Amino acid sequence: MTVLKNLLKIYMEKPEVAGVVLLILLAIVFQIRSDGVFLNTENIRGVMGILPEVGLVAIGVTILMICGEFDLSVGSVFALMPMSVAIMLNNGIPFWPAVLIGLVICAVIGFTNGLITLRFSIPSFITTLGMLFLARSLTVVISGGFPPLLPVDIPSAMFTQYVGPGGLFRMSFIWFLVIAMLAAGLMSLTNVGNWIRATGGFQEAAASMGIPVNRVKIGCFMLCSMLAGFAGLIQVLRLGSPLPSIGEGLELQAVAAAVIGGAALTGGIGTVTGAIVGALLIRVIDNGLVLSQVDANWFKFAVGGLLILAVIGNSWLRRTARRIKVES
Amino acid sequence: MAAPLVSLRGLHKWYSGVHALNDVSLDIMPGEVVGLVGDNGAGKSTLIKILSGVHGPDKGKIIFDGRPVRIRSPRDAMNLGIETIYQYNSMVPSMSISRNLFIGREPLKFAICGFGLLDQKRMREESVKAVADVDLHLRSPDALVGELSGGQRQGVAIARAMHFKSRLLVLDEPTNHLSVKETNKVIGFVQGLKAQNLTGIFISHNMHHVFQSCERIVAMARGEVVFDRPTAETSIDEVHGYL
Repeated sequence: MTVLKNLLKIYMEKPEVAGVVLLILLAIVFQIRSDGVFLNTENIRGVMGILPEVGLVAIGVTILMICGEFDLSVGSVFALMPMSVAIMLNNGIPFWPAVLIGLVICAVIGFTNGLITLRFSIPSFITTLGMLFLARSLTVVISGGFPPLLPVDIPSAMFTQYVGPGGLFRMSFIWFLVIAMLAAGLMSLTNVGNWIRATGGFQEAAASMGIPVNRVKIGCFMLCSMLAGFAGLIQVLRLGSPLPSIGEGLELQAVAAAVIGGAALTGGIGTVTGAIVGALLIRVIDNGLVLSQVDANWFKFAVGGLLILAVIGNSWLRRTARRIKVES
Repeated sequence: MAAPLVSLRGLHKWYSGVHALNDVSLDIMPGEVVGLVGDNGAGKSTLIKILSGVHGPDKGKIIFDGRPVRIRSPRDAMNLGIETIYQYNSMVPSMSISRNLFIGREPLKFAICGFGLLDQKRMREESVKAVADVDLHLRSPDALVGELSGGQRQGVAIARAMHFKSRLLVLDEPTNHLSVKETNKVIGFVQGLKAQNLTGIFISHNMHHVFQSCERIVAMARGEVVFDRPTAETSIDEVHGYL
């Protein structure tokens, strides 16, 4: 009983620990099943090369979920942002200004999502579902059907070059790490993080304490869109070409990552670390199944199963923890 | 005779055709604990919402501490020193006690344009002290408010109001949904206001609660103040007659 109690105490303080434990277990299983290929440098490099793209989107979606809203348009913004950057580059606009304008476009999309949701009291699920179609369509339209080529003289090495011991990580991983730390710091160390959590946790209480809840929410929508766009840019620089179809289904993967990492759809609960653990779990399952020579079509099945188990597990653990607290 | 802490003068409020407040004037003296009673829809809540900055009056004046003021937002009210404790609990269950205590008023280590790093050490220390000051014994400032009982939550809400040196404490039906034991605790808090020289308005459906803890009874009906007398000079039956 005391063991269970201590475990629950750890879980309540650090809900992402459960995900980390699962991650370690999966790593061991895949390592054995793949005859040691799973944890070799080449494979870790592969997983870590893709993680920043899903991870950044998951961070944005998680922060938005903590503040009580939802964004389904991230997958489309993920494609639209690099597409518009590519078109700007082909029209002679230098790289960094183009990226900046691209991020401004994302911010405008996030702002629109937030404004429509709040102004007309529409569930953000619906608003951003609309935006999913709008942004995807725009992406295809501005691409003109033919994905533009990226100029060769852009500093894509800033995002794609291998660095670290044995070239284990791409530069994109460093970007991801820095942004993740800033986001985690924002949520746990700043007053803005406190406002975001309060807004999602109990909006009336937050408003009655003088927190500008609408501005907080719109800020989170904008942050979420910008992170999604930036993640898309990283993927396009890795692939070398802005396909209009990238990021399809990514919105649901990001929500899955957030929920697996302990975020609640009802708002107020969740952590940035949890989102990263969730995203990493999804990547590891994807990769590990292939290496274990399981039919790759089982990937979605595994993610779906994990998602449902995570939600059931989280709510069960929360209830049990509360009951034990009440009893003691 | 000292000057009143708050004077309401001729307040009117309409909600889409409903005359919720009809020419309400009320003076509250410093150090006084006033019980505000009335049936549902009598205008109590509207009056409180105007005082706490949730709504503005359509007509009329508010004089606080001798100066006419306009309370446009909860923030304005808080800056004046008007703290409101709501019946539904003004606490976020998924956040810790120390974080709840400072929502919107976080002490910062440094800040740019109002955004900055939390001084979490100070938040913990001050919340431990604030909670102890209202005679509430909680294990840790890091406990989630969602783990507390309804009475304990109201206790923390009162601790918050006390901590920020509220000058006027508005308790909007704080005993709703509480057990008898917890209700007594909250009434104890209200009775303790007098000793701390705080001014309070205690709104309740329950006449007994109000008579136990307030020195003056104000009753409202149909958007008007219909009764206003010291508790010692009236009885529950008499007040009932006016509602």
